[in-house]
Amino acid sequence: MKPLVFALCLLPLAWLGWKGYSGLLGANPIEATIRELGDWALRFLLIALGVTPLRRLTGWSWLGRLRRMLGLFAFFYVVLHLLSYVGLDQFFDWSAIGREIIKRKYITIGMLAVLLLLPLAVTSTDTMLRRLGGRRWRALHRLVYVIGPLGVAHHWMMVKKDLTQPMIHAAILAVLLGWRLVAWHNARTASRRQESPCAASPPSSA
Amino acid sequence: AAPLTAAKGPFTLDEALTPRKDVTTYNNFYEFGPDKGDPAQLAPSYFKPKPWTVAVSGECAKPGTLGLEDLIKPHRLEERTYRMRCVEAWSMVIPWVGVPLAEVLKRFEPSSKAKFVEFTTLVDAEIFPGQRTRLLDWPYVEGLRIDEAMHPLTLLAVGLYGETLLPQNGAPLRLVVPWKYGFKGIKSIVSIRFTETPARTSWMKSAPREYGFYANVNPKVDHPRWSQAKERRIGEFLKRDTLPFNGYGEQVASLYSGMDLAVNF
Repeated sequence: MKPLVFALCLLPLAWLGWKGYSGLLGANPIEATIRELGDWALRFLLIALGVTPLRRLTGWSWLGRLRRMLGLFAFFYVVLHLLSYVGLDQFFDWSAIGREIIKRKYITIGMLAVLLLLPLAVTSTDTMLRRLGGRRWRALHRLVYVIGPLGVAHHWMMVKKDLTQPMIHAAILAVLLGWRLVAWHNARTASRRQESPCAASPPSSA
Repeated sequence: AAPLTAAKGPFTLDEALTPRKDVTTYNNFYEFGPDKGDPAQLAPSYFKPKPWTVAVSGECAKPGTLGLEDLIKPHRLEERTYRMRCVEAWSMVIPWVGVPLAEVLKRFEPSSKAKFVEFTTLVDAEIFPGQRTRLLDWPYVEGLRIDEAMHPLTLLAVGLYGETLLPQNGAPLRLVVPWKYGFKGIKSIVSIRFTETPARTSWMKSAPREYGFYANVNPKVDHPRWSQAKERRIGEFLKRDTLPFNGYGEQVASLYSGMDLAVNF
């Protein structure tokens, strides 16, 4: 299962490469490349965030084993997106890139998202998970709840006029994060009920 | 597109032309859709050439509604290769075919009250599927100051690459103002009006912080969200420096002497 999903995750890159090779990226291939890599970075972020809700809803526990790989693919496309901006769009003009990061809010936000994603990618190995301990590892990886909105905001703010796509992304993200909020709330009330025996059955005399 | 015969006009550049394929497939024309591929993709199935009239009105002695033929025929078609700089920081070099706007406007004898000219695009959701959405407040409206409209560089174009305009490029009649950002070059014009006050243009209505009335190409005044210092010439890898007034400063800078171009962006 895993190798198949791995191959599927590489398809967008292969498709992009094919379009570039056959001249199907249009008159402005650099812009098209950056946009498409950014789109896939966001999509993989949303897909990775969708694993846990889907697993809970369906009971398919094998989905959980794909989560780390899907998250790493989000990081992979983020890195390609960033590299294409730095190398293709700005051609390593570091001073221009620095100015843009400071001046353009959507780029500031995008860079912040990359920075926050970095520790998650670094700590994705089993060794790092053991070293950190499950509790701290999970706490750290909750950063993705911030990274997701940053990514969607980055896209939203750079769009010139048509907000359809960012709005779809924002709606999906809202559902995925909202589901967690509800699940968390339910778990808390459930555990509170367990803690206080009186809550489960109302006192018979009062 | 039908072939056009045109004499070489003045101001023609000696720069490598952007391939015709790119000029006719990479277009911002929201009347078809927001993606730059939309116009070329949708135009063949939606846009139907029909008898085209242009209403000329407002502060002038001889207003009237003319067929496209009658509007253009009295003038000699010229071919002029101009730079085109989009506000999105890409550029092209396009061999336009058209007539100087000034010559056309003079026939209607604008009065002393005609301080500005307002242009309007056709509204017809049958041939412009993008107008079924509220992406912009249709019709698309653009405007020029009268001296800008009368400037010898300003062209009323009917063709490019020696043929009549394709729908995606603004058939059958569009404006070309080479020292301004591309969105000033309103497409598929049906109305020209002489006015005392400047038009509230479509992009000004849509995002007043980002798009002004003048929209002169200016590497020193950034778009709020991106730099205008450089541009990518379509077909080139490295960006090139953007020139003040898109390289036409010698001809037009005097129109704006004494104006703060950061305020009047």
